[in-house]
Amino acid sequence: MSEKNDSNPNETELDAEHWLQAYEQMVKIRTFEETANELYTSARMPGITHLYIGEEAIAVGVCEALRQDDYITSTHRGHGHCLAKGADLDRMFAELLGKEAGYCRGKGGSMHIADQETGNLGANGIVGGSSGIATGAGMSIRLRGTDQVSVCFFGDGALGQGLLYESMNMAQLWKLPVIYVCENNQYGEYTHNSKAAAGSMIGRATGFGVHAQAIDGQDIRTVHATARLVIERARKGGGPAFLVCNTYRFHGHHVGDIDRPYRTREEEAEWAKRDPLILLENWLLKSKQAEKQVLERIQQEVKTAVDDAVAFAEEASFPSESEVDRHVYA
Amino acid sequence: MSTLENGAISSPAIHAPGERQITFGQAILEAISEEMARDESVFVIGEDVAAAGSVFKVLVGLLDEFGPERVIDSPISEAGIAGIGVGAAITGMRPIVDIMFGDFTTLVMDQLVNQAAKTHYMSGGKLTVPMVLRTTLGASRRSAAQHSQSLHALFSHIPGLKVALPATPYDAKGLMKSAIRDDNPVVVFEDKMLYQEKGPVPEEEYTLPLGQADVKRTGEDITIIATSSMVYVGLEAAEKLASIGISAELIDPRTTNPLDSDTLIQSAQKTSRALVLDEGYRQYGVTGEIASVIADGAFYYLDAPVKRIGAMNVPVPFSPAMEDLTIPDADYVVETAKTLCG
Ligand SMILES: Cc1ncc(C[n+]2csc(CCOP(=O)(O)OP(=O)(O)O)c2C)c(N)n1
Ligand SMILES: [Mg+2]
Repeated sequence: MSEKNDSNPNETELDAEHWLQAYEQMVKIRTFEETANELYTSARMPGITHLYIGEEAIAVGVCEALRQDDYITSTHRGHGHCLAKGADLDRMFAELLGKEAGYCRGKGGSMHIADQETGNLGANGIVGGSSGIATGAGMSIRLRGTDQVSVCFFGDGALGQGLLYESMNMAQLWKLPVIYVCENNQYGEYTHNSKAAAGSMIGRATGFGVHAQAIDGQDIRTVHATARLVIERARKGGGPAFLVCNTYRFHGHHVGDIDRPYRTREEEAEWAKRDPLILLENWLLKSKQAEKQVLERIQQEVKTAVDDAVAFAEEASFPSESEVDRHVYA
Repeated sequence: MSTLENGAISSPAIHAPGERQITFGQAILEAISEEMARDESVFVIGEDVAAAGSVFKVLVGLLDEFGPERVIDSPISEAGIAGIGVGAAITGMRPIVDIMFGDFTTLVMDQLVNQAAKTHYMSGGKLTVPMVLRTTLGASRRSAAQHSQSLHALFSHIPGLKVALPATPYDAKGLMKSAIRDDNPVVVFEDKMLYQEKGPVPEEEYTLPLGQADVKRTGEDITIIATSSMVYVGLEAAEKLASIGISAELIDPRTTNPLDSDTLIQSAQKTSRALVLDEGYRQYGVTGEIASVIADGAFYYLDAPVKRIGAMNVPVPFSPAMEDLTIPDADYVVETAKTLCG
């Protein structure tokens, strides 16, 4: 199911400079992921990884409405969230390659990148596993008396997990500043959500009295404007919110899922027309906020930065043997 | 796993010339499909088990054979499907609940440990829970800490549950069939790295009892007890030991609960030395229980303390540079065996 999109809320528009920044972030994620795919297919990266391509407007739209000291929790498909919240390319790639210079010293890999400095409490290998953590961060914000907020990113597949509902109930009971962002990319692995999620998606939140909206996750302007409203509301003590962002993963479930027999090429082509990067590009050009050359320059700069980061990561050293039993306990 | 072709290997599982060779994954599928054909109460439920044939492609074809009523794709709801398994089992069905990664069994703990394991006992023997929970174990796939654990010790600890961890296609098929027919909840752990391994499996129908160890190689000087894919590490070590004049016997308990103590103790009495090898965390692992069973039962025959080898007591790290350090390898087993035989 694609939850029916609510109409565009009051636009809280950014100025051109900020839109270009958001554009750069989206290009960065896209390029990062394309490169990660290449690293996998050329056997330069250990293990597998889950690409965020096609969903960039959500991470960037939400994170551009956050402060550095706000928290996010992420998923197995987490590179986009990490980068959108401000992670560096070089330490990201180093982690993907299992190097000591990586965000987690090579211990976590693609699925477990965390970065205290940018408020990223961690990607997660357990579907729905971070909903408790994000809610706990909301509790901590409340108890410490700050005006931070906590954003929980998760996929539509996580709607199957009971923990999410226990967490949302408590967030609403105690008016915790937690935004639950469901990235509804239609599938959990190889199963369409029409076979996995009964009833209404936003109804799952409204049942608890949590403010809920379904929105177009391909359009960063919609995502950003909506996120900004619910985030500021939560910051002021208005309590949690639940956003279903309708989107699509353009690649397979993971880099090894090439054939994608569970969905049609036609469906993919339909969604490709709504590529979030192209939508933003077109709007920037049409509204004359950017010239084509400016966008191309951004793409080029990002490409260079990504290439440099990969070179850094490939040259970086593996952790030494003594690293293996460090950090089991604090 | 070239050790399979070499050496004095006694198990029909490993040494059965002329027989049909199939993979471990095919053996599992055959067991399930035969039991589903035999007994209409058997059904499979799990994430991506039907249309996709499971993420490890082990169940491909099962949906076509038995239809969506009996091969059911579930939401990502591990606790829920385990609970459904328990309830269906109590009321006349024989569910096979599929939990793709052993790491996710933590999500079904209550349903398995507090419900399934205790229902028969608490009801004074009135209710039974004939359910199988299939899941995986094993590291080495660069999948990091939440997709690499071997958590069978957690379940082996619980009275009321049975735990099987087959190492060969032959054992996998025979044990799976018995697990499905058993009137108790049985957790079957399959090493993800073994699915493509081939071995002889007879065409004819057979089952293997839960609670019967298998001597995978006979020897005189030391007993190596190994589980799941560690059987192959143990066999490789046994080969290396043979080349330096140490004759190792290798025994695979095949189930940790029930545990075939007699076979293990008799072997240790014969060889006077024992080493237990398993991929679970070493601390509080099944190696501890097995070592203590042997220490008790063979104490007066032993020439050396019983040694345990398990995964390093750390979450499984992602980086290949570290992951490989955490898993026992043949050389380490050889070194340990040499110190016991020295
Ligand atoms: C508790 C749990 N069950 C199963 C899995 C295996 N798994 C990994 S990703 C995934 C699909 C998740 O779907 P969704 O939440 O929609 O996220 P998406 O991959 O679509 O971004 C599954 C089933 C897991 N990691 N954790
Ligand atoms: Mg999804």
